[in-house]
Amino acid sequence: MKTVFRKKKITGILGVLPETEVRFEDEIPNYNFPEKQTMRLKKIMGFEKHRVVKDTTASSDLCVSGLNYLLEKKLIHKYEIGAILVVTTTPDHFIPHVSNIIHGKCDLNNDVICIDINQGCAGFLHGLMQAFMLLEHLGDKKVVLFNTDTLSKKVSRKDRNSYPLIGDAAAVTVVENDSDAKDIYLNMYNDGKRREALIIPAGGSRLPSSSETAVVKDSDDDGNLRSLDNLKMDGSEVFTFVQTEVPPLIEETLKLADQDKELIDWFLFHQPNKFMLKKLAEKLEVPYEKIPMNIVENFGNPSGASIPINIVHNLGSLVMINKYNCCLSAFGSGLTWGAMTIELGGMDFCEMLISDC
Amino acid sequence: MNKIYEILTELRPEFDYKQSKDFIADGLLDSFDIVSLVVELEEKFNVTIDALDIVPENFGSAEAISKVIQKNGESV
Repeated sequence: MKTVFRKKKITGILGVLPETEVRFEDEIPNYNFPEKQTMRLKKIMGFEKHRVVKDTTASSDLCVSGLNYLLEKKLIHKYEIGAILVVTTTPDHFIPHVSNIIHGKCDLNNDVICIDINQGCAGFLHGLMQAFMLLEHLGDKKVVLFNTDTLSKKVSRKDRNSYPLIGDAAAVTVVENDSDAKDIYLNMYNDGKRREALIIPAGGSRLPSSSETAVVKDSDDDGNLRSLDNLKMDGSEVFTFVQTEVPPLIEETLKLADQDKELIDWFLFHQPNKFMLKKLAEKLEVPYEKIPMNIVENFGNPSGASIPINIVHNLGSLVMINKYNCCLSAFGSGLTWGAMTIELGGMDFCEMLISDC
Repeated sequence: MNKIYEILTELRPEFDYKQSKDFIADGLLDSFDIVSLVVELEEKFNVTIDALDIVPENFGSAEAISKVIQKNGESV
């Protein structure tokens, strides 16, 4: 799908991180691999430290913490909110929806629309797409988009393929109509035939969780221990997917938006690991400095919250003062890949909150 | 070719790569080893290996690795 959104803008972004930070080196004994071999990955992949929630924290808790902060600081008012949109792969429950949990806990008005979307690493672009469409019907009200995932609960701690890179986080993004905003171009693709490259086999209606699905074993004979209740990622297939699909996607999106690659200030991408981003930069012939790659090493890969966390960590308050010509891109489960050109600037807020929830 | 074997042995000293006909099938290299190997090869041979060449079949033998390096601009 290729489209353009007119007169829409991002008003502000709040990143929400759990306070618990775990160092990669402390987890090495969990993995069934030689320490030297694992340590080599630290620099190459950017495995340094990552954030994980407490056992008692659910995905909605990070969102409630974030929205309450914005309300307390008067960075948004309840009467301004027309809809809340939650993108997550790790809902608190199947029912009720995470958006309704946030709605209730933050005591929002009854005419606020609540929507949940099940989407992974491409969740920020999916969320913005839905938010911009909702704004067509909300007049002067705003949409609050939450990207939240607590994948540490779904990834085996003995799976070196996935556990070192996951990072629990949420992002609260406020969007609104703005007659002065520049056009926003979006380009999205999906390939459901490759859906099993990233899969949590059990826990849904296909294969409900049971004592059998919880058995941890080395089912692929590759040294990684996981159960059917855990996320399974085919790292090689995902790498090839990203390197094959994303470069032409970016070129096509820039052409759609009639923008020169050289005039893009920032390429703000989803961040699975540093190696993958370096190879993307080489393929795109974009200087490393224009593609921030430091999210995994500082926080882990925050799934759908990756791009907003990237914006907050690397641009922060600069997007309140300046305006930047940006190209966003996200890719992941589905398989789904997308890109967006958008001017980021003049935001009311762009900051990080460390939550003790 | 010896330089490639040296890099492989440095990477996983517990294996004898010269005795294997297929590093992947024999379990001598996993996907993360390939990533580590790519970084080492790029540094030691002063090449940039195209991302689309980073697939297991290109790292199954010293000969295959040599071809990847040559394809990306360096004679071994």
